[in-house]
Amino acid sequence: MTALASATTATSEAARLPLDRIDVSRPELYEHNIEGDYFRRLRREDPVHYCAESAYGPYWSITKYKDIMAVDTNHQVFSSEAGLGGIIIDDNIQKGSSEGSIDLPNFIAMDPPRHDEQRKAVSPIVAPANLARLEDVIRGRVARVLDSLPVGEEFDWVPAVSIELTTQMLATLFDFPFEERRKLTRWSDVTVAEPGGGIVDSWAQRTEELMECAGYFQKLWNDRVNADPGSDLISMLAHSPATRNMTAENYLGNVLLLIVGGNDTTRNSMSGGVLALDRNPKERAKLEANHGLIESMVPEIIRWQTPLAHMRRTALADAEIGGKTIRKGDKVVMWYVSGNRDETAIERPDDFIIDRERPRQHLSFGFGVHRCVGNRLAEMQLKILWEEILKRFSRVEVTGEPVRVRSNFVRGYASMPVRLHAR
Amino acid sequence: MTKVNYVEAGGTVHSVEAEAGITAMEAAVKNGVPGIDGDCGGAAACATCHVYVDPEWIAKTGPAGEGLEKSMLEFAEDVNEASRLACQITLSDALDGLVLRLPDRQH
Repeated sequence: MTALASATTATSEAARLPLDRIDVSRPELYEHNIEGDYFRRLRREDPVHYCAESAYGPYWSITKYKDIMAVDTNHQVFSSEAGLGGIIIDDNIQKGSSEGSIDLPNFIAMDPPRHDEQRKAVSPIVAPANLARLEDVIRGRVARVLDSLPVGEEFDWVPAVSIELTTQMLATLFDFPFEERRKLTRWSDVTVAEPGGGIVDSWAQRTEELMECAGYFQKLWNDRVNADPGSDLISMLAHSPATRNMTAENYLGNVLLLIVGGNDTTRNSMSGGVLALDRNPKERAKLEANHGLIESMVPEIIRWQTPLAHMRRTALADAEIGGKTIRKGDKVVMWYVSGNRDETAIERPDDFIIDRERPRQHLSFGFGVHRCVGNRLAEMQLKILWEEILKRFSRVEVTGEPVRVRSNFVRGYASMPVRLHAR
Repeated sequence: MTKVNYVEAGGTVHSVEAEAGITAMEAAVKNGVPGIDGDCGGAAACATCHVYVDPEWIAKTGPAGEGLEKSMLEFAEDVNEASRLACQITLSDALDGLVLRLPDRQH
């Protein structure tokens, strides 16, 4: 089926299905980039929507910006606790009691006060002073990667640039053996993988690979804990009073959280920005005329891409959201990908506009106590990438349809063919 | 109108005349004061409008509110007892002349 025919079918299915049969958790919607039609209808007709049957059991969808904000800022009622299912719609990814999964406690899937203590142990790595220190390192690496790319020939942007740069960044933050850095990419992919999605074939395989990861990081911990405190993340965890006595599982959980948090997200914004600019020649012209617009383009890329489509909570008490009563124990999914397209909160939300007045008012980082700890680092990486791209190339042309990831959580690209135009 | 003085970490002062009823975050953003981001639009949910209230004014603004404001400040940099989120300070005639000091960078 051609892309056009497939998109037309999706539009009619999104319009035709009875409301109670709409299930926005189906990963294929994201693989085919057609989730937007379903969310547009939900925002209009049933913005707080109950889906009684899905591959992940029953769940609520929160689709409007202001309702998402209300859930995200109410951690007393809407829990992130791993034992209740954590922060992803699929319980198996985080809930230790599920068959075939492993229990890896990490602070994104904890409520205060434990969340606060562990988060504070790692947040200095992305404090302003440390970011300033990292800027030159990042710029040097970005320059090296971009200088190695072929000009005028088609190649795949995703592994050559997006994966390479985010992986280098992670290796730097962890002070991870640089030559083995692709292990980090693999572990990141495995952590959020469901069997059958193309990454792992079974829960057993996933567990096995994560155990290998655990062993590797245990060794790094042992090295760092016996050395003087350093400025890398593992050293911070090994020496901070809040984290130095955590269990091996809790340590691995936090490590994987930071790997996924720093990998999938920025990686897909690096690819998404290329696609967004390619499809919007008017915005490209604006940028060409004024490179200073990178500043406001970066948050707009992060909104437009929304690299994590959702975050999930579990209700600890009955609560009313958007006129609906959510019951204690219900699974509640905040669809950031929908809130970032909410026409009542963001002007022309489907359009990519690089000079918006308030570009940082988007949901991609979440809001409230779980707001992305690395948000300024992510912005800095993207800013440097675009500054260095514009120095070298007049255009990054997307030469074919990108392949999208089959996931309702990570919204991103498996590959994206491009051709660079010399400046 | 309420006069608010925002003092950058480097000492530069931005004096702004704002209407009573809006917040110190909104007044800063409207007038292009650098160093106050206000990503969440005023919901005390991002901690990118962290300010230090000048000691002479803290009695009038009050300390950070229990609940989300305090929780979010937990994750800001170099927080002390004068720290507030500017979006939670509503301007009024009583605050005319208010002095707010800005951190190095919001985060």
